[in-house]
Amino acid sequence: MPKDHGIGASPKRREDIRFLTGTGNYTDDINAHGQAYVHFLRSDVAHGKINGVDTAAAAAMPGVVRIFTGADFEGVGGIPCGWQVTDRHGEPMQEPAHPVLAQGKVRHVGDPIAAVVADTYEQARDAAEAIELDIEDLPAVVDMKAAVAEGATKVHDDLNSNLCYDWGFVEENKDAVEEAIQSAAHVTTLELVNNRLIANPMEPRVAIGEYNRATDDSTLYTTSQNPHVIRLLMGAFVLGIPEHKLRVVAPDVGGGFGTKIFHYAEEAFCTFAAKAINRPVKWTSSRSEAFMSDAHGRDHVTKIELALDADNNFTAVRTETYANMGAYLSTFAPSVPTWLHGTLMAGNYKTPVIYVNVKAVFTNTVPVDAYRGAGRPEATFQLERVIDKAARELGVDPIALRRQNFITEFPYATPVAVEYDTGDYHGTMDALEGIADLSGFDARRKASEAKGKLRGLGVNCYIEACGIAPSNLVGQLGARAGLYESATVRVNATGGLVVMTGSHSHGQGHETAFPQVIAEMIGIDESMIEIVHGDTAKSPMGMGTYGSRSLAVGGSAMVRATEKIINKAKKIAAHLMEASEGDIELKDGQFSVAGTDKSVAWGDVTLAAYVPHNYPLEDIEPGLEETAFYDPANFTYPSGAYACEVELDPETGKVTIERFSAADDFGNIVNPMIVDGQVHGGIGQGIGQALMEGCVYDENGQLLSASYMDYAMPRADDVPFYAVDHSSQTPCTHNPLGVKGCGEAGAIGSPPAVVNAVVDAMQSGGHKVDHIDMPASPSRVWAAMNK
Amino acid sequence: MYNFDFEKPSSVADAVAALADEDAQALGGGQTLIPTLKQRLASPSKLVSLTGIADIQGVSSDGGQVSIGGATCHADVAANAGAYPALAALAGNIGDPAVRARGTIGGSLGNNDPSACYPAAALGSGATLVTNAREIAADDYFQGMFTTALDDGEIITAVNFPVPEAANYQKFEQPASRFALVGVFVAKYADGVRVAVTGASEEGVFRWSAAEDALSGDFSADAVPAAPDAEGMIGDMHGTSAYRAHLVAVLTKRAVAACG
Repeated sequence: MPKDHGIGASPKRREDIRFLTGTGNYTDDINAHGQAYVHFLRSDVAHGKINGVDTAAAAAMPGVVRIFTGADFEGVGGIPCGWQVTDRHGEPMQEPAHPVLAQGKVRHVGDPIAAVVADTYEQARDAAEAIELDIEDLPAVVDMKAAVAEGATKVHDDLNSNLCYDWGFVEENKDAVEEAIQSAAHVTTLELVNNRLIANPMEPRVAIGEYNRATDDSTLYTTSQNPHVIRLLMGAFVLGIPEHKLRVVAPDVGGGFGTKIFHYAEEAFCTFAAKAINRPVKWTSSRSEAFMSDAHGRDHVTKIELALDADNNFTAVRTETYANMGAYLSTFAPSVPTWLHGTLMAGNYKTPVIYVNVKAVFTNTVPVDAYRGAGRPEATFQLERVIDKAARELGVDPIALRRQNFITEFPYATPVAVEYDTGDYHGTMDALEGIADLSGFDARRKASEAKGKLRGLGVNCYIEACGIAPSNLVGQLGARAGLYESATVRVNATGGLVVMTGSHSHGQGHETAFPQVIAEMIGIDESMIEIVHGDTAKSPMGMGTYGSRSLAVGGSAMVRATEKIINKAKKIAAHLMEASEGDIELKDGQFSVAGTDKSVAWGDVTLAAYVPHNYPLEDIEPGLEETAFYDPANFTYPSGAYACEVELDPETGKVTIERFSAADDFGNIVNPMIVDGQVHGGIGQGIGQALMEGCVYDENGQLLSASYMDYAMPRADDVPFYAVDHSSQTPCTHNPLGVKGCGEAGAIGSPPAVVNAVVDAMQSGGHKVDHIDMPASPSRVWAAMNK
Repeated sequence: MYNFDFEKPSSVADAVAALADEDAQALGGGQTLIPTLKQRLASPSKLVSLTGIADIQGVSSDGGQVSIGGATCHADVAANAGAYPALAALAGNIGDPAVRARGTIGGSLGNNDPSACYPAAALGSGATLVTNAREIAADDYFQGMFTTALDDGEIITAVNFPVPEAANYQKFEQPASRFALVGVFVAKYADGVRVAVTGASEEGVFRWSAAEDALSGDFSADAVPAAPDAEGMIGDMHGTSAYRAHLVAVLTKRAVAACG
């Protein structure tokens, strides 16, 4: 009988009532009294020198309040980067200025040149069309390898080149890896592209700046995954507003997937302009703007080599990756291809030496930053693809090759700097074989072939590092922030709780899952617990939601704060029952004295805390409210094994997903239904990347996939029903809940399974194709089979 | 979008009069025009909605002909053109339910998007387009991408489809838009077979005469000739011109096979 409440139960998501009935409160639902609207005039060329921006005619248009250009921001800070990577030679990365509005040059299609603030949105758009631009076209740099070639046009004239950094990891292993490759019995090499993606959350970005002249307070309402981070970055680095004079509110947010982590120019603009004109300023991104102003994801070009000995043991891995940064450094962009990518290159395997080289490159494209998985999907894809290719070259079973090389003893220190605390990779593979019916594959292939179709099976594993992150470690690696999380638990007099957390929820179900944890600890009903997040005026300083960290880090902070609450409540209960504090037990919301029939209810104790008529005032303060900050000791390392079966129409190249099975190890699980949903969504995005989604620029830097007419988002009928299993559980050893992150796993684990299956299908038809780049669209598959 | 005047007349005559203004534009279901206006890519002075004209809505069949009013939405055709099953099926697979509830046959044919479905049906059936002024044979109507024989202010009031002995439409969807990457409409009449291809050519919908000749002699999938020349086919991020040419033959075979 499954539990009906507390940890391990699957209550329906309480937030869905408002999300599904149209009663959510999104940023665009907020309208400030007297607000003006801003429309950004954006560059329609990828690279150009700004010779003039004449706003005189536009400024005279009806309703125009003020027009801002780059010149208005000359004394203002630029958009900061939150992570500094140090290159192979010990030098810091090249870090260009990123003005709020373009100064001197435009560097990508969509780069904002001017901002028109008017009484209405339509007036702002009308006036923007009257701005006269004098922009001299410059050659655009789009291809990464061309961007770092000798004599390439520079995206930033004041930098030495378009190379942001040339990173080697672990540099000391470079020679050992070379030796291992030279002496290997077999080396498999694969060159591949990890396709650029556009995140496309359902809700486009919105920002509303407000300024109160009476108090000198600024408020920003924004579509963010981490309002405190925005407050810190924008306040300290851009506008010079101290935290106590700046409030950032991120109310209901309609999906983030990483692209709403970052601090964007539009946020700083609205906050700045609201003060400048003494009126609230609102910006709502159109979908077209989102395509050219939301940070994109992925975009790596990689060569990977896997060395094996005569017994098919992995002896070395070497990779060389070009990672696109776009035109500017977005908030966490430099960390994605390095510390979130190179550190995962061991995968689930005991490869003794590994060397990862990453060249991060500036191009005249939209900035690239974290997108669901962020670096870990790129690592997993190349590793699991090259293993599959090696198995084919060696004529061995791809699952057996993986099993033979699995890490089996934990903790395990990889040669790429991280230590896996726990895992059971044979266990997850066993679980996968249990749900995927692999033994029935041959019969299903025959049935497909009888219909004139090819059928392929792809299997892969993944490991990821999430629950981001130990602050002392990331500080050493170049992070300019700590990555702890906070929680304040406020118990009210009648026993209800309000929990204020820095973990933002934008669809993850925190408002349901977090109360399950606290309800379990105290033994009360979840309905007594309310979760408050998304407002820097309400929650303690927190770092927000990304990197599958909310339960592992934010949940742990809640546990710590609740432990403090329980400890204090026990003292109060001991006083009320005239017993020794050490004898007090808490179960099912009742405090009792061990070995007696004396008890007081949770509500009696909370009332006593706020009506301290009979209270140990000499020992403890009245009230019942505690705050905890939790900084993890390590990442968490979820892992899994995925299987995908595809059917391929050899006449058209169209691939359909027929079966998808996912066995994940997330450690302990609080709400299995929500975990299932996270895995389903992640796999859906992974299938989207593998088969459909691709951001395409032409050689002039024009964005060709600039709308849903050309950017293929997966729809419901593009994805199958999933078989999902999380029975293999090795609890995390270093957080109090024993949980591992689950939010990114599906997006990390699924693309290689799909592509492995597509390649297998082509091979089964006699096509000697050993790789296909994503998205494996019908035309690409057909072309690969008809070379 | 920019400001415009709006009229919703209840007769064809009033609509024609309203469209006489310079820069006035007819509005069917708006499935292309409204997004275009929202992007500020068009600035008509006036929109004249045709959806208030009862006379040009609905499906009727009479003997060997199905007649569809120009302002009939796709969902109506899907539901009521049972006398021409391939046409009803085509209409029922355009876009999604919201699109089918708004988009009209006259709007689609008037726009003549090179990837739209209806042009393949009209050309493949040898349909007659009836306007407020005249009747136009489909063979004369389609004149290249987004180009038709319609004069300014001319309104499609009905489209008359001769019902074939057998017909089928095969659409291979472009993954993002789900318009036809290539669509082939095959219709077998007593006097011969017509094969119309949408999505593939830079010239818009066209008749694949080599296939028509072969199939008129032997109406079987095996009789479909090798793929047409890729020269002149659309090549873009969703498929090369060679891929589209290849699909023309594949889909023609499938359409013939589906005719049974």
